[in-house]
Amino acid sequence: MEAVLSITVGIFFAVGIYLILSKHIIRILLGVTIFGNAVNLTIFTAGRVVREVPPIIPEELDVPASITANPLPQALILTAIVISFSFFAFLLVLAFRAYQELGTDDTDGMRVAEPEREELPPLGY
Amino acid sequence: MAGETSKVVDLTGKMVLDPVPLADWLVVAPVAIPIVAGAIFLMLRHETKLHGWLALVALTATLGANIGLLARVMENGPLVMTMGRWLPPFGISFTADTLGASMSLVATLVAAACGVYSVIDIGRVGRRYGFYAFMLMMMAGVNGAFLTGDIFNLYVWFEVFLISSFGLLVLGSEHRQLDGATKYAILNLVGTMLFLTATAFVYGIFGTLNMADIARSVDGARDTAPLMTLSVLYLLAFGMKAAAFPVNFWLPASYHTPRLVTAALFGGVLTKVGIYALLRVMVMLFPPELERLSVLVAWVAGATMILGTIGALAQTDLRRLLGFIVISGVGVMLAGLALGSAEGLSGTIFYAFHSMIAMTALYLLAGMMKGLGGSYSLAKLGGLYVGYPLLAAMALILILAAAGLPPASGLWPKVMLVRASLDAGAPWLAFAILATGFLTTLALGRVFILTIWRPSPAGEMPEVEPYPTGKAYMALGVLILPILVMGLYPDPFIKVAGEATAGILDASGYIQSVFPQGGGE
Repeated sequence: MEAVLSITVGIFFAVGIYLILSKHIIRILLGVTIFGNAVNLTIFTAGRVVREVPPIIPEELDVPASITANPLPQALILTAIVISFSFFAFLLVLAFRAYQELGTDDTDGMRVAEPEREELPPLGY
Repeated sequence: MAGETSKVVDLTGKMVLDPVPLADWLVVAPVAIPIVAGAIFLMLRHETKLHGWLALVALTATLGANIGLLARVMENGPLVMTMGRWLPPFGISFTADTLGASMSLVATLVAAACGVYSVIDIGRVGRRYGFYAFMLMMMAGVNGAFLTGDIFNLYVWFEVFLISSFGLLVLGSEHRQLDGATKYAILNLVGTMLFLTATAFVYGIFGTLNMADIARSVDGARDTAPLMTLSVLYLLAFGMKAAAFPVNFWLPASYHTPRLVTAALFGGVLTKVGIYALLRVMVMLFPPELERLSVLVAWVAGATMILGTIGALAQTDLRRLLGFIVISGVGVMLAGLALGSAEGLSGTIFYAFHSMIAMTALYLLAGMMKGLGGSYSLAKLGGLYVGYPLLAAMALILILAAAGLPPASGLWPKVMLVRASLDAGAPWLAFAILATGFLTTLALGRVFILTIWRPSPAGEMPEVEPYPTGKAYMALGVLILPILVMGLYPDPFIKVAGEATAGILDASGYIQSVFPQGGGE
């Protein structure tokens, strides 16, 4: 199981990074999302994959009857999903506003904050 | 299911049963107060007249809590408060040691000065769009990052201040801001995701995310675990946050676009959170790995320092120039990290205190120059000496501070760092630090000559809108006072930095405070 998950994680990372290296913001955003999911799957795999038994202790026992799933990675992933989802929503709006205002989603064309031909600082007094 | 349970579960040994001493609530106060205040600001969106005063009250309260916390930590050693009463490593601990508490104190001081200045800079519209709510939430995130004892929690606090900083960055929706914010947002997000990846592997290897727990079990795992990979990932992720050389280009692209007071807060505080995280993780958790990476870190430090100042020399816009000065300061701090010795790390921590205050003050100074001279452009400003001698004096002190010259605060940490690098047999690193000081003097000295000494290029002073000079002087004064104290009477600061260094070099006190029974090793 781990091997399959590891390969999936690798593919996700590769796809995510490939998309992040693109020039267009919308592709970069898709890449960021896939990258985020790759990280979440990494946490899941790092938390050891065991039988899908919920970690609930029966009333008459002190410890679980069998090996249970590890609940902590799920809590961590849940946190990470919520955060990355809100970020993605914000970034989508930001990208849309940038596209509206700047008329491009090509990062090479976005030169408002860093103009191409800046004036030189004064050279004499 | 029957309502009553037949077994009585023994919770001693699993939960914290004693109530938390009242004074220990100080550990969460620097985070809780800004969060509550931020929520109040959201409720009072329309009462914009109240905002300025309320923000000052909230920031002063946070500052008071931070002072109390640092005093307690200096006296009693690290303070711990565990959430949900589950004993660590299951419960999440807030752990304040000297490093975290002192960084949090300085960051809040900087925020308080920005709070004073924001009365000038943030108009009614900015308040309606939640400037103060974002600012206080950001401070909650920053203080949380400084005080948390859990590495996943550190990630969460990073995200808290990151999303608030996005909000601050786009406040105003100018074209420049949207452009800068897009680059800032995406690159910082990638940085924190790398951080989360590394944290996933930490969990996979150690099965715990509590930093004290990792610190005590890391030696046992050293032979089998891929710790080198982990440390490089952390170095990259936090280097990105701190704007170290190859991954620094988001900073000059975005820091000059927002409102001035936002830029001041960012320039002062945010990169130092990256430095703090590097100190915490690399020095406290993975010191042997850091030692093996020291040559790499030293090269990164040297490149960051020199290229930052050279970038500053090429700028016309005052705020962009300051962005590059922030970057070169990060390089100086990384130099101490590369050395790894007690003196080098103390120098780094002291420099971080200095840099937070001095960078914010320089940005506020730029804001005053814009307010009085009508422009941020070095080509257009001039003749500010006429009419504003106090401004000229403050500018001179700040430039001396940033360049590391007496009598201001930059001198002593640089002396410590230069001495540490000479002791460590790295004279070229000492040379890089001194060369950076020289180039910074050139870059900022040119600012001084062009904006203050040179007669106004337009012939006479331009007509500007009325500017509340008194409030601006007050905000700058709040920062210049500690700069001068640090420069003239550095002993207490060196002592705090030294204790902070001792606390991360030998984590036993930190571990002991989290695991009082049977911890230590």
